[in-house]
Amino acid sequence: MDSELIRVIAFLVGIIAFAALNAAYLVWLERKGAAHIQRRIGPKEVGPFGLLQPMVDGIKLMTKQILIPDGVDPVLFRLAPILAMVPAIMSFVTIPFSETLVARNINVGLLMIFAFASVNVLALLLGGWASNNKYAVISAARAVSQNIAYEIPMLITVITMVMITGTLNLNEIVAQQPNISQWYIFRFSASPLMPVAFLIFFICSLAETNRAPFDLGEAESELVAGFHTEYSSMGFGLFFMGEYANIVIGCSLAVVLFLGGWQDPFGLYPGVWWFLLKLYLLIFTVIWIRWTFPRTQFYGLLNLSWKILIPVSMFNLLLTAGFLKVF
Amino acid sequence: MTQELLTPQGLGGLVFLAIGAATVIGALIAVNAKSLIRAVTGLCLSLIGVAGLYYFLNSPFLALMEILIYVGAVGVAIAFAVMLAEPEQGDKPGRAIGLGPFFGFIGGGMLVWGLVVVGLKTKWPAAAVKINTGSMLAVGKALLGSYSMVFELISVVLLMAIIGALALGRRGRD
Repeated sequence: MDSELIRVIAFLVGIIAFAALNAAYLVWLERKGAAHIQRRIGPKEVGPFGLLQPMVDGIKLMTKQILIPDGVDPVLFRLAPILAMVPAIMSFVTIPFSETLVARNINVGLLMIFAFASVNVLALLLGGWASNNKYAVISAARAVSQNIAYEIPMLITVITMVMITGTLNLNEIVAQQPNISQWYIFRFSASPLMPVAFLIFFICSLAETNRAPFDLGEAESELVAGFHTEYSSMGFGLFFMGEYANIVIGCSLAVVLFLGGWQDPFGLYPGVWWFLLKLYLLIFTVIWIRWTFPRTQFYGLLNLSWKILIPVSMFNLLLTAGFLKVF
Repeated sequence: MTQELLTPQGLGGLVFLAIGAATVIGALIAVNAKSLIRAVTGLCLSLIGVAGLYYFLNSPFLALMEILIYVGAVGVAIAFAVMLAEPEQGDKPGRAIGLGPFFGFIGGGMLVWGLVVVGLKTKWPAAAVKINTGSMLAVGKALLGSYSMVFELISVVLLMAIIGALALGRRGRD
């Protein structure tokens, strides 16, 4: 066994453990956060502060039977949850947790994350269709139109970022932001609209991961549970883990692109701790938004994208191009 | 052999074989599946395999674009269209009769013969030779430099496709 092989295996295990642990404990954080926002206590019975609750939930999910209803497409029904999880895990490969803690620092890292994120839609689509359930199909159709609508402003914003950074390598993008005034969210010399670009990116990543207030794909008051209505046991579990893994990836990307990644605000002790701190602050914001904003309506969702986010991001693209040309 | 398998190169070889198998199996599913959605899934599997081949050909940019455009956009668009239209799941058309199979067999044989001859007679460059760097800089310069005319013409094709789709959609609505 040479060191390269050991490195591959270590990162493989590490990434899968990171994704799974995050999924488990973000559910705990979500329940605790929701409870405190609603003046309740939340999980508290299993372990101190309910900290063992995710483990118990995991055991429950894994020991239950996978129910395959009549009339479903058995192959695609089993395939869809796996397809929801695999691209999410793949995207972790290129995320730089610190200068050296990155599984594969490929030159087209940013593109790679978007390539695999686009496969995620296919998983929802297949899961919804294979369930042979009209609520699931409606939900899948909603998820796809939502994803297509929000992919456009997101990619335009990312193109703006790439024009400024001049690279798709995530670690190089982080290296360009050594202290807080250099973070791209405050880089007003590149474009006066950088905070707006960050906001657009963040809103779009909420919508891409089907999070509230854009969780129309699983609007439980109208569609039972959306595309995973028919899933039980770990089928449901994998969809959930995929969703949380995608939240982690979306927030990681926001941290890397706009908030300086593993660099610290004053240029003193850069490292993985700064990355994790910023990451979990953003994730907490995502949870906070979910429990404070009501769900939008479907046309409101599409109007926001097509009438506000796309024009603003296009304007930002032109403005940035002008700034880069002139200065 | 077994000792070489536990090196990055050996595992890379295994991954290469898996990718090749995914390409072929996906293509077979796409052609033979009874359900349209399964055919689309097979197509996506095959395209992911092709993307893997591009990666092994030292073009990660092309590989990722393949996944982004063909799996993420085209595959999703086809699946979405099939789901919304819900075409009748009729039986597959029966086997061709008459002289069709005969000529098909001859045509297939000639194709195989031609490919074998090309494969054996061509002087292939040594595997170590890099054809290009596969970098985005090279791709960008090629697209906006030497192939800019072709690049622009492709956009005209897309425009035609959109207009054609609109015309067909309008006619169906009246």
